[in-house]
Amino acid sequence: MSPILELRGITKRFPGVLANDHIDLTLEQGEIHALLGENGAGKTTLMNILYGLYSPDEGEIFVRGEKIEVRSPSDSIKAGVGMVHQHFMLVPVFTVTENVMLGDEITRMGGFLNRRAAAERIRAISDQYHLEVNPDAYVRDLPVGVQQRVEIIKLLYREADILILDEPTAVLTPQEVDELFTIMRSLVEHGKSIIFITHKLREVLEFADRITVIRGGKVVGATTPQEADQNQLAAMMVGRAVDLHLEKAPAQPQDVVLQVEDLVVLDDAEQVAVNQVSFEVRAGEILGVAGVQGNGQTELVRALTGLTNPVSGRVTLLGQDITTASPREITELGSAHIPEDRQRDGLVLTATVADNFVLNTYYRPPFARGVWLQEEKVLETAEEIIEKFDVRTPSALIPVGSLSGGNQQKVIVGREFSRPIKFLVASQPTRGLDVGSIEYIHHRLIEKRDDGCAVLLVSTELDEIMELSDRIAVMYRGKMIAIVDAAQTTKEEVGLLMAGVVAQSGG
Amino acid sequence: MSNSDKAQEKKKFAGVFLDEISKSPLTVTILAIFSGLVLGGLLVAVTSEDVYAAVRVSFGETLRVAWDAAWRTYKALFIGSVGDPARIMAAFQSGDAEAIRRAVNPFFESLVQSTPYIFAGLAVALGFRVGLFNIGAEGQLFIGATTTVVVALFLKGLPAIIHVPLALLAGFIGGGFWGFIPGWLKAKTGGHEVINTIMMNYIAFRLSEFLLRGPLKNPEGYSPITAEIQDSAKLWRFFESPIRFHIGFFIALFCAYLVYLLLFKTTWGFTLRTVGSNPHAARYAGMNIVKSTVVAMFLSGGLAGLAGANEVLGVNHNLAVAFSSGYGFDSIALALLGKSHPLGVVLAAILFGFLRNGAIQMQLTAGIPIDIISVLQAAILAFIAAPAIIRTIYRLKEPEMDLDTITLRGWGGN
Ligand SMILES: Nc1ncnc2c1ncn2[C@@H]1O[C@H](COP(=O)(O)OP(=O)(O)OP(=O)(O)O)[C@@H](O)[C@H]1O
Ligand SMILES: [Mg+2]
Repeated sequence: MSPILELRGITKRFPGVLANDHIDLTLEQGEIHALLGENGAGKTTLMNILYGLYSPDEGEIFVRGEKIEVRSPSDSIKAGVGMVHQHFMLVPVFTVTENVMLGDEITRMGGFLNRRAAAERIRAISDQYHLEVNPDAYVRDLPVGVQQRVEIIKLLYREADILILDEPTAVLTPQEVDELFTIMRSLVEHGKSIIFITHKLREVLEFADRITVIRGGKVVGATTPQEADQNQLAAMMVGRAVDLHLEKAPAQPQDVVLQVEDLVVLDDAEQVAVNQVSFEVRAGEILGVAGVQGNGQTELVRALTGLTNPVSGRVTLLGQDITTASPREITELGSAHIPEDRQRDGLVLTATVADNFVLNTYYRPPFARGVWLQEEKVLETAEEIIEKFDVRTPSALIPVGSLSGGNQQKVIVGREFSRPIKFLVASQPTRGLDVGSIEYIHHRLIEKRDDGCAVLLVSTELDEIMELSDRIAVMYRGKMIAIVDAAQTTKEEVGLLMAGVVAQSGG
Repeated sequence: MSNSDKAQEKKKFAGVFLDEISKSPLTVTILAIFSGLVLGGLLVAVTSEDVYAAVRVSFGETLRVAWDAAWRTYKALFIGSVGDPARIMAAFQSGDAEAIRRAVNPFFESLVQSTPYIFAGLAVALGFRVGLFNIGAEGQLFIGATTTVVVALFLKGLPAIIHVPLALLAGFIGGGFWGFIPGWLKAKTGGHEVINTIMMNYIAFRLSEFLLRGPLKNPEGYSPITAEIQDSAKLWRFFESPIRFHIGFFIALFCAYLVYLLLFKTTWGFTLRTVGSNPHAARYAGMNIVKSTVVAMFLSGGLAGLAGANEVLGVNHNLAVAFSSGYGFDSIALALLGKSHPLGVVLAAILFGFLRNGAIQMQLTAGIPIDIISVLQAAILAFIAAPAIIRTIYRLKEPEMDLDTITLRGWGGN
């Protein structure tokens, strides 16, 4: 039997980049196929070609042994290919049904939408694959994990047999990840076939049937979870041995840099999201904030960086009251912020890589002389950061939006690490990064700590928290329910705290 | 390497070159203008009675007559906006200065028409860059013209070198104030600038009407029109009558250059552009969005005000009711056509100026209604706004990511 999908010799050039270089890939009916590769390796590009968003310069695509021409997504949808993008494409103010119907509307006589019929079908699909999505809910009210299932329903509704998921787990909580993989299993049992992209080696080993690794636009290897382990996969991706374990000296905490007292912050819906939180971070230590997504971490960070004003409480940075200070005042005190949502807050996608590097320093010497921007200096600095942080881009003068997701993240990290700072808030600093880049950024974080910087690390990745933190604060329903010494705790204990289980003994 | 390899390399290069050209937004713009002209020609043909008469004769005759109608229209448009080559030749041969001036006048008159377009186009483009829809250029233009005419009429005995800049400044501040109000309302209350600038337009129209029927009316006349401004406030004209070409055109070009510097070479421009393309990131980076919005609306209004000042000081030498006839509204289209870049705006403004001026001649000699120009402009814009149509007609390639089109923030958001 021929494979359900076969890509042959796919090649794609962008100005200055060979993003895909004669890539061959086969997908068997009913398998979960993982696509691995470092940031900028060309994974998203390959999938976009298959989905008809880009046209390949060379190469052929076969579905069920027949060659197909994909010029636009509608061609690939016709051939049964569907894709969930890393950045969801849903209309928040529409209901699930309306979102799913969008572009493929069922109409009654006279061209009126038949929402009822569509909702019925969505309910049927939802039941069949245990997706548990309410067709009448508004998308903006749904958690990320459910929004993702809406995207999956969109594909099933269009009767896709080949599903492409681009980094589906990057924004999910561990529990949501488990649910997603249960759904994926049930999909393949019903005869669907799945290609998914991820940077998390554990997921690959646990859930994939086959693995293809690409690097620099070329396929560098294919394997199976039975034959490979994490170290092997990492080495294959990056092209060198990666040290998955971090060596670090014990922290030498000094003076208090950030002091937070009884902080109360509201979220967008005016609900209390951070409830009477107090803690401090000292120079030379990393305080890790653990917690399941949505327990107030986002709002905490926004308050500390001046993006929202707390309703009560006090924040002191380096002896100055910054409770109601503006983001610029806080930055000028020597604080840096790696924001959680990089495309929303951290970058101007339409601006050049170079401009993004000076997003919060452009008005100061050496980047400005009076009101005049010093473009040469900006460019020079940009090239230094690109070099130092290994940002894969053909030039500093292209829009940052054309970089791969991981490289966009490196632009932010590079920017924030390239000026003298005394306090760093890092929110999900390695989201979407490959193992090599994670290793690099972790080392830089430790380096900052050892230089006497106070670091507040917010991450939903428990492993990352365990590995980097000197002390760990756990947030649960807006409260900081415990602050523990990292050396004296275990992953299990923190995991329980994250679920809200507080040990009875002790304070 | 062998020769055949090299040949292939070359072909690849040519291929890549063509690919890039066919992806470029500029190609789309040029083809959109071309398609607009073709569509306009078709429209002339199908609305011409001669063509319907010819249908009864034969198909060939129909085509011939239709072609003829379109040809005559565009010929009139050309002669009206650039001049009649034969007449220009003859005038130069005769050596009569007056005849020469008359012959080349259409070309200069087109530039005169382009000048307010440049100012108003810059106004709208600046707003777009900061993510603001300034629909109020027309009203700001009226207010600018009014404040200018006050300074130009009532300040007496100043030397031109002081009076002219002062009168221009008055127009800038007047228009700027009219833009500042909706900017401030948006910043403080979140009121959408589209609604508020439209409202401000109505207030401006009625206000200028009131002033022209009352306090500003020429006491010696009956119509709602001011007296002629002081000679010392008039913008310098380069030639004698009938050529009205004046220094305002170069002031407009200079303003375009200033706007370019402001937007792309200064830290202020960096702030404004960031606020325009991603307000969240602008906040994150510590930029003051409220200030940017208000400043941008003030500058935008000021530029539109200069368009009004330019008409008063350079062309009309007085202020009459409803004198602008839509420069401010056309400039919205024009800013889009110019991709909100000062250079693009200048080019688009010149195109619009030539079309507008040529249209008058077209109406006189070819009997084509002036509205055809509006249809033409609308068609060009529709093609630009929907590049997919142009790409399909001419089989151009999709750009991989259309990052250089400016995305405006939604109508509902804040
Ligand atoms: N639209 C585009 N224009 C120009 N270059 C692009 C474009 N899209 C991708 N590239 C380039 O192609 C290369 C591959 O990018 P791609 O997004 O496929 O990487 P990826 O493997 O998905 O990486 P990541 O894991 O970081 O998401 C990168 O060097 C990127 O800069
Ligand atoms: Mg990607």
